[in-house]
Amino acid sequence: MAIAVRRVTKRFGDFTALDNISLAIPGGSLTALLGPSGSGKSTLLRIIAGLEQPDAGDVNILGEDATGVPARKRGVGFVFQHYAAFKHMTVEKNIAFGLDIRKHPKAETKQRVGELLELVQLQGLAKRYPSQLSGGQRQRMALARALAVDPKVLLLDEPFGALDARVRKELRAWLRRLHDEVHVTTVFVTHDQEEAMEVADRIAVMNEGRIEQVGKPRDLYEHPANEFVMTFVGPVARLGGEYVRPHDLELTLEPNGTTERATVERVVHLGFEVRVELRLADGEEVYVQATRAQAEELDLSDGQTVYVRPPASAAIA
Amino acid sequence: MGSRWLIRVAGLGYLLLILAAPVGLVFYRAFEHGIGPAWDAVTSTDAVHALKVTLEIAIIAVPANTIFGILCALAIVRYPIRGSGLLNALVDLPLALSPVVVGLSFLLLYGQQGWFGPWLSDHGVDIVFALPGMILVTIFISLPFVVREVVPVLREIGTDQEQAAETLGASPWQTFRRITLPAIRWAVAYGVVLTTARALGEFGAVSVMSGRIVGQTETMTLHVENAYQNFDYTAAYASAVVLALVAIFTLTLMTAFRPREGG
Repeated sequence: MAIAVRRVTKRFGDFTALDNISLAIPGGSLTALLGPSGSGKSTLLRIIAGLEQPDAGDVNILGEDATGVPARKRGVGFVFQHYAAFKHMTVEKNIAFGLDIRKHPKAETKQRVGELLELVQLQGLAKRYPSQLSGGQRQRMALARALAVDPKVLLLDEPFGALDARVRKELRAWLRRLHDEVHVTTVFVTHDQEEAMEVADRIAVMNEGRIEQVGKPRDLYEHPANEFVMTFVGPVARLGGEYVRPHDLELTLEPNGTTERATVERVVHLGFEVRVELRLADGEEVYVQATRAQAEELDLSDGQTVYVRPPASAAIA
Repeated sequence: MGSRWLIRVAGLGYLLLILAAPVGLVFYRAFEHGIGPAWDAVTSTDAVHALKVTLEIAIIAVPANTIFGILCALAIVRYPIRGSGLLNALVDLPLALSPVVVGLSFLLLYGQQGWFGPWLSDHGVDIVFALPGMILVTIFISLPFVVREVVPVLREIGTDQEQAAETLGASPWQTFRRITLPAIRWAVAYGVVLTTARALGEFGAVSVMSGRIVGQTETMTLHVENAYQNFDYTAAYASAVVLALVAIFTLTLMTAFRPREGG
């Protein structure tokens, strides 16, 4: 295991940010800590980095106990949500910072900075100041800066949180490709389930200072361990007291024993998909995600009566 | 359109009336009888000595308040403990207290009847009516400026950059030297200018603490007043001009060092 967190607890005053958490992160993986705000995910990341000290428990990095080791000696790369760019230094000075601190030979540093600039696609911007860069460029610079010192693990705290939606999407895909190239064990914090699903190969879902489930994105989606994971990692509809995925619901025009009666409230065309909003007999509202072909076959119209059925396997009581 | 001019006239008029006119008048009166008498006045033994005393005080008080001002600001913003709020409020005390009161309180503390005075004079250290005492009150009086300039800037830059430096392997000193100090340098510089101005211009506290011994503990401001009291107006105004020139020189020095980079 590249990172092993054991029985870590952290309190801020009366608030328990982390409640006896254990988590193992395999070497070379790209893991997402996913959870709502206040779930403790950033605190956990900062404890791994040594920027916060746990009240109890220990942190192990590459087989060595790191619990009492100060952040500067842990060999972790850390990327902050708001870039933490050194505003008074040029891009190349920013990236070279860790190497300059370690007194690397100038020529070696220059070469390494050149390689990293290429890796993060900032060639030609070496002499710029952070204020002259876009948000996405600043974050890529911060990433290069963290990678410059060959960190044992790379930690990213909501790295795309401050960027606009389009840049965020671009950077996600880019981070995934970068990780395939660099292979450094990476942990990133996000509250966006789509981001976690798209980028990570493992996800740890956190809630109220505890880890609810750890697994591959698909496992979490298809076999959520509990109601929280079910509702957090994807869209849900509630049918007969059970949570189901809206695209797992089946619509028919005739009842067949296991179905519930519903009225079509609205049919929303979303390109390839169609969202059918229904009102059940008991007044509950659910929506069904159907393909366009399915919707056309049923030829739905507002106010029409339909029958809806969940597949037995995909539900969580 | 009309309001724009009104604001300009009001703003500039106010500055002209309150700032430029008196200072200009001082310059005018200093050179009223030509350069010769003014030059003689400021090169007299007492005037030169007074300038020397003033500069000696500033050369110790300003660096002391710069270094400790930065330390105080760091303590207040970065390492708060219970009671830091009190420390923060305490820093403003010199601004609120009348300098004469400050001088008197130091006199009570270090004078022959004071708490520390007898012990110090037994050990051959004279604080009152001597340079050490004058430096001490000047430090007290000019203490808030660097702290007050640096505290808000430290708050504004936050801890992200410092923590980033830490994760990149920088020691606390390296982080301060390479990250924090460059980020607060303009606040420090401005604080230094204000501290210098205050140290050069201090009158009340120094007046009480110095005993006003001509040729010994007389500073430039005391010299100006002394000359004025003795109806030696040319000497008073010419010395005032010297003080103003020293202040302008400090301000220019700071501006000259302003780097031309972007960030």
